Amino acid sequence: MIDRTERAIIAETQSGLPLVARPYQAIAEKLGLPATLVEQKIKAMLERGVIRRIGAVPDHYRLGYTVNGMSVWDVEDGLVDEMGELVGALDYVTHCYRRPRRARLWPYNLFAMIHGRTNEEVEDKVDAIAKILGPAQHGHDVLYSKRILKKTGIRLQNQDKQSCSD
Amino acid sequence: MSDHAPDATDRAIINALQGGFPVTDRPFAEVASWLNTDEADVIARISAMLDAGMLSRFGPMYNMDRLGGAITLAAMSVPADRFDAVSEQVNAHREVAHNYERDHELNMWFVAAAETRSGIDALIERIEAETGLPVFQFPKEREYFIGLRLQA
Repeated sequence: MIDRTERAIIAETQSGLPLVARPYQAIAEKLGLPATLVEQKIKAMLERGVIRRIGAVPDHYRLGYTVNGMSVWDVEDGLVDEMGELVGALDYVTHCYRRPRRARLWPYNLFAMIHGRTNEEVEDKVDAIAKILGPAQHGHDVLYSKRILKKTGIRLQNQDKQSCSD
Repeated sequence: MSDHAPDATDRAIINALQGGFPVTDRPFAEVASWLNTDEADVIARISAMLDAGMLSRFGPMYNMDRLGGAITLAAMSVPADRFDAVSEQVNAHREVAHNYERDHELNMWFVAAAETRSGIDALIERIEAETGLPVFQFPKEREYFIGLRLQA
């Protein structure tokens, strides 16, 4: 899955890239590796999807996107993947997953996280998604966040610490 | 966190960097050339935005699934008079990364990560035992491609 060099690079970049002119060179020096190898390994991890992307994660709240609505949809099983691709591609959807239903408790199989500056903005986006889903959708709900109870990076135990997106 | 607000160049940097940061010898210089500024300015601005809390992170985002880890979304229906106490019990587990109160009968939603699927299941069982409340897992079955990002 990941080799030792990659694991060392992951551990070294768990808290972010060094903010210096040659960040990959800086990582390479710390690990005692050639910079070209570090760049190669990072590119290989990007290609394999081990690294989703390299970049900046904005704090939604600080950018004014204070409303976070988890929209959940009951979509026909045969259409959910096609619809999930469409919904995930919308620029205001930051996560989009298919998840299991729970009998009598939870009929929804498509989850799309929407961020907005106001409740109205999120509601407009929910309406837009409803239009896209059309008759493939048999019901939906929006669970607004009331309070952040905990927010830390995702870390694995008993391993070099690793950070994950969002 | 400071009250510093992002200016036009800060916003351009945020928007440009939600996509792909270059893997080259001088990546900040390349970003600077897209934005009509210089390398030192890009580095200084990213650093200031991290300090101000406008950016929560800058660097590679790893995909837990591909690293062999397991992750789940879980939800609980917590009685109002026990909410804060249960929140403390859940948050005390280091595997719990995010936890949100949401306005639904299922009013507590958290994300937990562990090395293995059985590690996740053991955690969920511990939380059920500690709180005496059922925990419903909604592990992802499929992730859909996310296109453009929020505009800063």
